[in-house]
Amino acid sequence: MSLLEVSGLHVWFEPPHAAEVHAVQGVSFALDPGERFGLVGESGCGKTTTILALMGLLPPNASVAGEVLINGQNILAGGEDSVQAYRWKDVAMVFQGAMNALNPVKKVGWQIAEPMAFHDIAQGAAARKRAGELLELVGIPAAAGERYPHEFSGGMRQRAAIAMALACEPKILLADEPTTALDVMVQAQILELLTGLSRNLGLALVLVTHDLPVVAQVCERAAVMYAGEIVEAGPTEMLYHAPRHPYTRLLFAATPDLYGQDAVISIPGTPPRLDSELPGCPFRARCDVPLERCAGEHPELRLVGPGHQAACHRNELVEAS
Amino acid sequence: MTLPLQDPLLSAEGQGQPSSPRRGFLRTVLRERKAAVVGLAIIAFFVVLSIVAPYIAPHSVTEPSCAVYAPPSASHWLGCDDGGIDMLSLLMVGGRISMIVGFAATLVAMIIGGGVGILSGYFGGWTDISLMRVTDYLLVIPDLVLMIVIADLWGASLFHVIIVIGILEWTSTARIIRAQVMSVRERAYVKRARGMGSGNFRIVWRHILPQVGPLLIANTVLTIAIAIYLETALAFLGLEDPTAVTWGTILEHAFERTAISSGAWWAIVPAGFAIAAVIVGCFLFGQAVEDALNPRLKVAHLSLRPWRLRPLVGRGPDAL
Amino acid sequence: MSGSGQAGPAAAGAVGTTAPEVPLLEVADLKTYYQVRRGLTERVARTPQMWVHAVDGVSFRLARGEMMALVGESGCGKTTTAQTILGMVKPTSGSIRLNGTDVAKLGERQLRPLRRTLQMIYQDPYESLDPRFRVRESVEEPMLVHGIGSSRADREKLAVEALERAGLAPARVYLDRFPHELSGGQRQRVAIAAALVLGPDLLLADEPVSMLDVSVRAGVLTLLDTLRRDGDMGILMITHDLSTAARFADRIAVMYLGRIVEHGPASDVVRNPQHPYTKALLSVVPKRDPRERAAPQILKGETPNPIEVPSGCRFHPRCPVAVERCQVEDPQLRLPAAATSPAHQAACLLV
Repeated sequence: MSLLEVSGLHVWFEPPHAAEVHAVQGVSFALDPGERFGLVGESGCGKTTTILALMGLLPPNASVAGEVLINGQNILAGGEDSVQAYRWKDVAMVFQGAMNALNPVKKVGWQIAEPMAFHDIAQGAAARKRAGELLELVGIPAAAGERYPHEFSGGMRQRAAIAMALACEPKILLADEPTTALDVMVQAQILELLTGLSRNLGLALVLVTHDLPVVAQVCERAAVMYAGEIVEAGPTEMLYHAPRHPYTRLLFAATPDLYGQDAVISIPGTPPRLDSELPGCPFRARCDVPLERCAGEHPELRLVGPGHQAACHRNELVEAS
Repeated sequence: MTLPLQDPLLSAEGQGQPSSPRRGFLRTVLRERKAAVVGLAIIAFFVVLSIVAPYIAPHSVTEPSCAVYAPPSASHWLGCDDGGIDMLSLLMVGGRISMIVGFAATLVAMIIGGGVGILSGYFGGWTDISLMRVTDYLLVIPDLVLMIVIADLWGASLFHVIIVIGILEWTSTARIIRAQVMSVRERAYVKRARGMGSGNFRIVWRHILPQVGPLLIANTVLTIAIAIYLETALAFLGLEDPTAVTWGTILEHAFERTAISSGAWWAIVPAGFAIAAVIVGCFLFGQAVEDALNPRLKVAHLSLRPWRLRPLVGRGPDAL
Repeated sequence: MSGSGQAGPAAAGAVGTTAPEVPLLEVADLKTYYQVRRGLTERVARTPQMWVHAVDGVSFRLARGEMMALVGESGCGKTTTAQTILGMVKPTSGSIRLNGTDVAKLGERQLRPLRRTLQMIYQDPYESLDPRFRVRESVEEPMLVHGIGSSRADREKLAVEALERAGLAPARVYLDRFPHELSGGQRQRVAIAAALVLGPDLLLADEPVSMLDVSVRAGVLTLLDTLRRDGDMGILMITHDLSTAARFADRIAVMYLGRIVEHGPASDVVRNPQHPYTKALLSVVPKRDPRERAAPQILKGETPNPIEVPSGCRFHPRCPVAVERCQVEDPQLRLPAAATSPAHQAACLLV
């Protein structure tokens, strides 16, 4: 039994005066302790919505279907009420732009201690002591807890946000674009921190980002999302060296490498709208090697190698030959 | 090298937006907020009434047509005042003058306030500092006291009332417009226009004014309410030309000439109600527009109802 | 297209070689300092005025047909350099020669006609177009400001040409759209078309693709590449992304705390870095290939405050190979011993 098992997750949004948007369309993946898993995709693919759903942090106009099992328990079964028991204690999140979401009028140490008090982990002086320990864990001197967020640099604030997420000792950490707004040197520091935490504390990490090289360096396994679906998932090595979905291959080809020699390409077209059901493969309009059946038949995720899945009709051609 | 690009309307990013950001705004406000419709309807009603008042007023407002403080009757729906003049006619004609004073004073306030706000917000620096000092001095002065002094010095007339209200009411508009202009000035497209060599006037006219427009409208409507209220107050305090017929003077006459002790509620209530109605109408509309402009006021995420769980239908869970 | 009528071949652009004609852009010892605001008490107490050394002595040349990337982390001064060149910020000292004319000292009035020669593409495609303007109006605006185009029909023709050059074809489809109906990549192309319509010689691109999806970045970068070749324009690209700079720019200048610390042909800077900062920066750029686990040289701490620039070599507090000398002597850009190209320069006492 895995630590985290997401099974058939769907999320719909109902915007006012507009058609319903099917933002996440049947996402499934599993995670063991100490594993670092990457969820990759471009804007609008549904990756942030997926992890928000894991925490039950969706707006009132959202509806969810599917299962999210933490140690075998379906945390979504009772809706918002059942998720609350797990939020921050078993699964915590570092949000996009978390460094800007720190309360400017409260000391950093207080902000880290706050969830501890709220979830009955520790109170008062004990909580503050623990907050200091957490700051040390993320590479900030404990005394800095007495300072305010504006006295911290961007990188330090991101570390503080990570410390806050670790306040109740969760087993799963969801990180949404944790390094996107940071300089490359600070990004390296934060990624080193996250990798260390996962190795030393056995923390399971889900890293959501559009930055493929970051996932390539940090995560052993990853899933590529497009138009609300996972189109390929497997060991990051295989995703780069033997991609089995055209989008994965093209996405890597569109990412410039420092020392690479091949031309950097771009993928023409734009992702499909998510407010209407599309027949066939969602990537068909932009695919460089479409088949006849791609227009009408939706490809399902199929096993194409050990621990490696892809949703593309071309894989059946390979099997057949 | 041109890349084949899909039709942009297929982009997922363009979902659910009004097709024109220009014309759409007021229509969206009216569609989404019923309060705005009600407010606008009330204002429209009184504006129309003001225009047609001289033609449909049933009786003369200068010649008496019934007994002193005659109660409402079939021929005089709202009775008569202490001079035997029909109340309904007074109300209609008075409304006309009150609305004119309110709108004229607001026009003065808007021109000064909008101008100061734009100059101050756009140019910043010493222009901003000096204009804001002036604004601060005027903000601090108590309106009514200053009006009493001026009315005393220059004499009571409707024109003076318009000028005084206009001069005192522009300050809050100036501050609000200035804040908006300062934020629009920092937007990337304004910086781009400057980098392109666009002159200041052009930038203000084409880029800043359209963004500031809706706020100006909201503020104008709210200022109309305040202007009408102030006119009433001035008239009530006897600082207006007593021969003018406005809602304020109607109330003032009624108060002075013992309408209350005579039990003649019809000399007071209708005028008071009319003033209140216009003010409420202005506030409903103005507030609705201001709320629509302030994205932070959207509190949908604070709703008590959480997200819903749906039974799974359609494609089953994919196995991993 | 170019006001000075220079029709010669694009200069090699290598720093140090004498180009046959006046270079498109020549920046010499540019300094832009900002005053740190002081409150009343500090003024009365006569505490010394502190300065933010945003740009602290930057020099380089850019020729037509060249794309140079200014690379660095936040606070290094690359954006301020671009803003100063554009004339949005007044330099404290130094010169900026555009086709030979020093624009650093010019006032707003005199700068205005020169703005045709020099255009900027901004980072945020979602904010750089006025949401109330249709594409047609956004592209025609520059023409109206500078009096290009004799009639509405003429301007429309020029707008269509510019849009097609920017890769939006058929342009007529796009003319009447609003920005919110376009994707990020399309909006950026509209911004580029609006810049092209003036026929500039120099394009400043401030992080032109960092807010776009990965799959559309190469399209916009390739467009810039094409424009500088065919249009004989010079492009100065500001970016924090070393990979993009390495693959698309001819030359790279690495900035740290207001100075250029390394400068040379892109392939040389990336494959044979000389300055310790460049080496560290390159080592922490994540690689696409999961099998390539390079040993990243992660520097301690973060870039120091540009108000208090360290003595001697400004990088010495964080430098992994600093020696005593580095705290005292301020190195200038010069040819390193291990350089493989005469145009490669680094500001380090140890190379």
